[in-house]
Amino acid sequence: MTKRKPAEVSMQILFLLCGLVAVAFVLLITAYLIAAGLPAIRQVGLASFLFGRTWDSTNETDPRFGILPLILTSVYGAAGAIVVGVPIGLLTAIFLAKAAPPRLAGLLRPAVSLLAGIPSVVYGLVGMCVLVPALRAWLNLPAGDSLLAAILVLAVMILPSVIDLSAAALEAVPKEYEEASLALGATEPETWFRVSVPAAKSGIAAAVALGIGRAIGEAMAILMVAGNVANMPSLLRSVRFLTTGIAIEMNYAAPGSLQRQALFSIGLVLFLFIMLINILLSLTVKRGKEV
Amino acid sequence: MARMRWPSPRRGLFNAVLRLLLWLSAALTGGLLVAIVCYVCYRGLPGLSWQFLSSAESILQGTAGILPSIFNTLYVIILSLLIVLPLGVGAAVYLTEYARSRRLTAMIEFAAETLAGIPSMIYALVGVILFCTALGLQKTLLAGSLTLAIMTLPTIVRATQESLKTVPKAYREGALGLGAGKWRMIRTVVLPSSVDGIVTGCILAAGRVVGETAVLMYTAGLSTAMQDFSTIQGLMKASGSTLTVALYVYAKERADFAAAFSVATVLLFLTVLINLAASLAGKCLRRG
Repeated sequence: MTKRKPAEVSMQILFLLCGLVAVAFVLLITAYLIAAGLPAIRQVGLASFLFGRTWDSTNETDPRFGILPLILTSVYGAAGAIVVGVPIGLLTAIFLAKAAPPRLAGLLRPAVSLLAGIPSVVYGLVGMCVLVPALRAWLNLPAGDSLLAAILVLAVMILPSVIDLSAAALEAVPKEYEEASLALGATEPETWFRVSVPAAKSGIAAAVALGIGRAIGEAMAILMVAGNVANMPSLLRSVRFLTTGIAIEMNYAAPGSLQRQALFSIGLVLFLFIMLINILLSLTVKRGKEV
Repeated sequence: MARMRWPSPRRGLFNAVLRLLLWLSAALTGGLLVAIVCYVCYRGLPGLSWQFLSSAESILQGTAGILPSIFNTLYVIILSLLIVLPLGVGAAVYLTEYARSRRLTAMIEFAAETLAGIPSMIYALVGVILFCTALGLQKTLLAGSLTLAIMTLPTIVRATQESLKTVPKAYREGALGLGAGKWRMIRTVVLPSSVDGIVTGCILAAGRVVGETAVLMYTAGLSTAMQDFSTIQGLMKASGSTLTVALYVYAKERADFAAAFSVATVLLFLTVLINLAASLAGKCLRRG
């Protein structure tokens, strides 16, 4: 090859820089979160920050910064959303990929992507005006804002991503598997549940992991239905998540105060959680590809 | 063929139950969407009027209006797309056309995936430290747009990349064979034939921006007053609520649910519009 024109070389470098921007952003976010999150953890002490049972950041004489209730609420909330949302999502995905008449699938698919597109505040608003009063009335509670309300809202919000990914995984199952099963005398539903679902296992696992990530990361919708008192989690009590713990105090905490720094520390913990889930997710996807 | 018979009634029942479960779940999913849309429209449509959409809120006259929020939303969409589009398309071009090293590609793709998985609350924190404080932009729509540009980067990269991959190799070889340099080939052959993916990516990114609340609440401000978009100074300093933030402010801080549901109706309408546009763009712009 002859000498390359300078324009070619400079464009190549420019494109390389664009590619590296994503990497730079990840590093930047990590560095800033660590830098902003560590001071408060150091001041409060790692153990009493992570395992302290009381969060009382605005107490003037004796502020407490224990985020155990927030961590547990986020974990229980995500687990609850998975327990409620994944079965419905998986069954809908099987319906979409295998059982639905083409015309009905053609209607349901845009409906799922519309569900994915609805802004989280709209889910929060509907939850606030329908779900919360309904829970209060049915269960005879003093207030309906509770972990249960948040779990139900989260379950609806993770549905589209669970359905989307699982349906894609189910559609990618080789036809021969299913034809072999049908030829051996299994009925269609038996084939879907006993052949297609196990064959699409890794894709479905990725869908669940994505659902967990979305449930842990969601803020606005649950801010509107969970009540936001930093109680230890209990299904019918008002609770505060990691995300809402940041959200509820962010606009009021004075710059430079320990309270504000502690909010960044919560952010750091949340970030570590999400990174852990992302790594698990990319591992399951990779292992699925190798098999 | 003889009529098929179930080997046993128990197995028949099992199959029927499985089928029923599938239909029930699908009905529940579809029903949820219909219920949410109907409920929001039922409570929101009565409050929607031309005056609500085309004026700012007036305390003197006691009327609600969301025109400033509509402008703010448009401004944030346009600005964040302007920033993210060259970066995202460039990154996708690098990944599909230039990258030789597998490790570097894997690293960039992992970074993009990570960015896609980071919750918006984290972006809000980063936006607050990085753009509002460190760069001294304060709480402005500009700071919000910059933060959202980082957030939507993976969306643009992925959509462009998918589309670049479908450009036939023969196109590239044809261009190179005629003596075009690599950049000229990308500019005149590859990018024009993957315009569908780029447009789809933009629409999806716009959808994420429209739906985003947490980031904008903490980086772009809560004001519902009209901002000055006519001067550069005004554009830099504009600070206010987009539609989603306005919804939150109405619902949670003022308990004005009529206005909140009206904003929600507008947002639902926008979501439907964006979804339609995305699927149309994919269909209409595809070459051949």
